[in-house]
Amino acid sequence: MSLQPIFQTIENTPVGLAIRDSQWLFPIIEGCHLLGLALIGGVVLLVNMRMLGLGLGKESAAELERDARPYFNGSLILMLVTGSLLFTSEAVKCYNNQAFWFKMSSLLLAIIFTMTINRRAALAGTGGGSSGAKVIAIINLLLWTGVGVGGRWIGFS
Amino acid sequence: MSLYSFAQWLDQTPWSIALHESIWAYPIIESVHVLTLCLFVGLATVLDLRLLGLTFKKTAVSEITEKLLPWTTAGFIVMVITGVLLFYGIPLRTYGNVFFRAKVIFLILAGINVWYFHSGIFKKVKTWDHDAVPPARARMAGAFSLVLWAAVIIAGRFIAYNWFDKSVH
Repeated sequence: MSLQPIFQTIENTPVGLAIRDSQWLFPIIEGCHLLGLALIGGVVLLVNMRMLGLGLGKESAAELERDARPYFNGSLILMLVTGSLLFTSEAVKCYNNQAFWFKMSSLLLAIIFTMTINRRAALAGTGGGSSGAKVIAIINLLLWTGVGVGGRWIGFS
Repeated sequence: MSLYSFAQWLDQTPWSIALHESIWAYPIIESVHVLTLCLFVGLATVLDLRLLGLTFKKTAVSEITEKLLPWTTAGFIVMVITGVLLFYGIPLRTYGNVFFRAKVIFLILAGINVWYFHSGIFKKVKTWDHDAVPPARARMAGAFSLVLWAAVIIAGRFIAYNWFDKSVH
């Protein structure tokens, strides 16, 4: 079964139509998506840089992870809500867009990896980053970079 | 030479035209510009949240400025270089763009906020370094920073639209 008709249906929902018909809505939602990007990127960088032995050093990765988590969760929700709205307004374009599928695959992996392996490694990290934690941090940063690059490229394709 | 004739001259330079017409260079520079937001604004936001007393309360403020500001500065340098190149690729149109002008104003205000913070309350940081909630002037700097950088980001995104462009031709 092809997903194409589902994407078509999403695009024709009242929400999709409203965003498409408005001059302002799309850029405003995308502006909020970018604000979320700055915050989620900063928080992911902060914790993973700590695991790599960069940036903040007096606090353990576990302390930073715990302090940063509400901001990670909040910015992730903002990203998912604004991203879904953007998607709804151009679902069919996304269906035919390789960058979109690349981004969504990266996003799924990045979220799962962050909430399982990465979080466990951060919470276990009391002192300087072990080499295991460093590898995990690098994988995590690469996954999120894939999400960002893929996302930007949706607009170029 | 007026700013307008400067933009006009830039617009006709061969490198500007090459950048504007490039298939890969312009999108790559723009992607780097956007993704560096995480490094620059993202880590600056960590300091702002600390200044507001919202999180990282056990971390000394001076620890954040010492360890994170070098990264924020590196991010800012990448932002400026890529930003200048993006302007250089499309100078005349960008010059006439209302959102670009708004962004420049917000950038100047954000810069004044940074200067005011560092030359004022931050000089006495040793007296409030470990306060869970920093003094009012530091909180103000954090709040202004969040709002102004958000405004820079939103205005920057809107440069793509020419709704209110000044006619410069």
